[in-house]
Amino acid sequence: MNFSIVVFPGSNCDEDMVYALREILGQKVNKVFHKETSLPQNTDCVIVPGGFSYGDYLRSGAIARFSPIMSAIQQHAQKGGLVWGICNGFQILTEAGLLEGVLLKNNHQKYSCKNIYLKPATKNTLLTQHLSLEKTYKIPIAHGDGRFYADGNTLKSLQDNEQILFYYADNQGIVNENTNPNGSLLNIAGICNKSKNVFGMMPHPERASDERSGNIDGKTLFLSFLGQ
Amino acid sequence: MTTLETAQKLGLLPEEFEKIKEILGKIPNFTELSAYSVMWSEHCSYKNSIVWLKKLPKKSARILAEAGQENAGLVDIGDGLACAFKIESHNHPSALEPYQGAATGVGGINRDIFTMGARPIAQMNTLRFGDIKNEKTKHLLKGVVKGIGDYGNAFGIPTVAGELYFDECYQVNPLVNAFSAGIVDINKTASAIAFGVGNPVFIVGSATGKDGIHGAAFASKDITEDSAKDLPSVQVGDPFQEKLLLEATLEIIDKNLVIGVQDMGAAGIICSTAEMSAKGESGMIIDLDKVPLRQHNMQAWEILLSESQERMLVVGIKGKENEIQEVFEKWDLHAVQIGEVTDTKRLEFYQHKEKVADMPAESLVLGGGAPIYHREYKEPTYFQEYKKFDINQVNEPKTETEFQKIVRFLLSSPNICSRRWVYEQYDSMVGTANLSINKPSDAGVVLIKNQQGESMDKAIVISVDCNGRYVYANPKIGAMIAVCESARNVVCAGGEPVAITNNLNFGNPYHHEVYWHFVESIQGIIESCEALETPVTGGNVSFYNQYQTQNEKGETITKPVFPTPTIGMLGLMDNLENHTSLAFSAVGDLIYLVGEPKNDISSSEYLYAYHQIKASPTPDFDLQNEVSLQKTIKKLIQEKMIISAHDISDGGLFVTLVESALVNQLGFEVKKEERFSSIRSDAFWFGESQSRVVVSVKPNNKENFEKSCQAYFLGKVAKENFVVGTQIWISTQEANDLYQNTLAKLIEG
Repeated sequence: MNFSIVVFPGSNCDEDMVYALREILGQKVNKVFHKETSLPQNTDCVIVPGGFSYGDYLRSGAIARFSPIMSAIQQHAQKGGLVWGICNGFQILTEAGLLEGVLLKNNHQKYSCKNIYLKPATKNTLLTQHLSLEKTYKIPIAHGDGRFYADGNTLKSLQDNEQILFYYADNQGIVNENTNPNGSLLNIAGICNKSKNVFGMMPHPERASDERSGNIDGKTLFLSFLGQ
Repeated sequence: MTTLETAQKLGLLPEEFEKIKEILGKIPNFTELSAYSVMWSEHCSYKNSIVWLKKLPKKSARILAEAGQENAGLVDIGDGLACAFKIESHNHPSALEPYQGAATGVGGINRDIFTMGARPIAQMNTLRFGDIKNEKTKHLLKGVVKGIGDYGNAFGIPTVAGELYFDECYQVNPLVNAFSAGIVDINKTASAIAFGVGNPVFIVGSATGKDGIHGAAFASKDITEDSAKDLPSVQVGDPFQEKLLLEATLEIIDKNLVIGVQDMGAAGIICSTAEMSAKGESGMIIDLDKVPLRQHNMQAWEILLSESQERMLVVGIKGKENEIQEVFEKWDLHAVQIGEVTDTKRLEFYQHKEKVADMPAESLVLGGGAPIYHREYKEPTYFQEYKKFDINQVNEPKTETEFQKIVRFLLSSPNICSRRWVYEQYDSMVGTANLSINKPSDAGVVLIKNQQGESMDKAIVISVDCNGRYVYANPKIGAMIAVCESARNVVCAGGEPVAITNNLNFGNPYHHEVYWHFVESIQGIIESCEALETPVTGGNVSFYNQYQTQNEKGETITKPVFPTPTIGMLGLMDNLENHTSLAFSAVGDLIYLVGEPKNDISSSEYLYAYHQIKASPTPDFDLQNEVSLQKTIKKLIQEKMIISAHDISDGGLFVTLVESALVNQLGFEVKKEERFSSIRSDAFWFGESQSRVVVSVKPNNKENFEKSCQAYFLGKVAKENFVVGTQIWISTQEANDLYQNTLAKLIEG
């Protein structure tokens, strides 16, 4: 697959994503600076990586959505192209209206970086197609604004259309208040759009992809996305 | 026109004012006098410490930049790569404004690294606060941790290790030391130098404001009731700007557009222009009207001294001006040419077309005209008193209930329990190189990637250590222990110690007893570093860490913090297979003690906090034993004899065992063998005598292991519960709750 990784001023997980996709998964990767107005022609999937775009001043992702590259990403998504936002990338995609809901400050008001367990909610998306609904996946989170929120109608349509990708769980797959690291509604850790070509998630699969780190559950997510 | 009175108000001594007049051949104007006052402050000139710092061992085959030569130490790590690393304090700003004080400390230390062309890959910090039950302490701790987190997280460099201690001596004056390490291609390093007549001088990054003026001078005086008036001395940080500055700076260095780069930290433009010119035996002519300002009507001295953050001074190559500006434009940053290099060796500053200051660059800097003082020192009376401690002053606990009580006390001691509340607020994984997340070890292990982002199958191994209580009890031995513990942590994680950076936090150097702390500590560092062959690559001296309080008679007295020379150790791991966890891994594995147990509880958390006995010497320590212990552990790791290694420090053997067991929620069954009958049980389990490591071994490897080293069998890894002899001292579940959750409960209630 051809990946284009967007670099905003303040992105800091862009290199990690290049490393995971190119070095570990052997994919073709281009970095695209936010001042560009078009994507490389052969782009299959746009990655909006983590970080603190524009310092996350004002509100996470709120300024990045106005970057020149964003209209090219919008068009790519409208044509059915793949877009995957992780952490700050997820926040930017909700700000840009490519994904529903918002990401609020964590309920405990603190930034939080640690391993958590994800329980897939559906196998009916590209990203989760080869994951097991019976298993949990250890993936790190690292965010201050990760509390997913949406109004009742939106939440219901997310559920009805199988747009919820992952729940925060424990290693046994229990999904409840105790396994919720940030206060997200229903423990939601990631969602996709209705047409299932735009994905957003707070946890960082690229941080769990190198064997030497002792955890390759993130690589399993990438492999599922790649259809392997 | 200035007078002696003006000079004294700026913190200069009468003899220093005389010297300035002599250098300039006239009475300095206010701008010039201000420049000397900051450049000759302790913070910039090391005038009260340099005599002793020069004695530190500086050389080894790996050292590329010796202490004092560049913004940070530079060490050859093979494969054409070098590691730049350094530790620096931001104690005084953090005392007044914990959030910004700590944040700008993180910003400053990272600029020191990337100004050398190195991309930072790992950070650590070491923090000291007063009594955790005090509301002020909670305020300071929350602010400092959030400041470090917000800055480091957004900047995008993982925090991989650290230290946190509480003691009432740090109540008013907390210690906040930040460490950063970066990797650079040996052929792409940048220097803090200016030369070549006509080469352009740029100021890049943020605009200059009135924040942080006299910050360096502020750092060089006691914290008092009036310190709040110094609030403008505290700078404000912007990690987003710093991230852009990092990318742009590395890009201009990579494209060979520059002669030299220096971070603008303490003492701002005056410091960078002076140090870069002096190093290159050049001068500069600078037009202050061209400096981008945040506010109107800034005086020349304010522009020169401003410590506004996220700025650099860049000396470019003539003819490359446009290319430099293009890079900074790409990153939406200022890059404004404010002057050029001259051959006059003088700094000439102009404002509104008039010359406002003219000084020889060399006269301002350390190693040049800056004064050097030999300070007097005297052994304090408490020192001999502390040595008189006898273990028999304390009744040996005998009953199961007593031991259960002690164990609960220690596992919930704020100096021992898990620092999870702190470190989860730091991004520890960005860069996908931290190998200690899923395999926790005594030191941070961080994979090295080269400039192309390819991983090198080797790692840096870093640790930061100092027990101030030990150093107070005996500054020389305490400092030796600090160096050795940082090395021991690196060794236990599977690394080879290479070099140190130190942050020397002491009280007022004019106090003879404080200066004795300093001198003795330096001697301890020298001895340990020589024995371990880990030279000192630089660091930072922070004096004036003390506070005013009232004695019983109601008189105001000044008390210093514990002398706290924190040591940041850089180690290397050439073979990632050597990475060793501190965690027990399987039920039935055998547990051994490597190193000699001693009948010693001196300066332990057990003696100091549980028994509230503060007067005792340092724990038992012998440098040669330490060196041979570290050799043994290295050999055991290389020969794959052991599953885990965890060094014994705060809380002693029992706490070490618990920490190894809790990672995988296991237990243990151990006992104190008959042969140790001369050692009291409390000393055996809770004493902090040095040079000991707990290792675990696979049962089928028992014979090989026992043949390969001298070690004492303690017991076995068990499914749950911490059992000593036949008694359960605590369950795994209860220990886990106390160890993991105490800090959060103490801070958040």
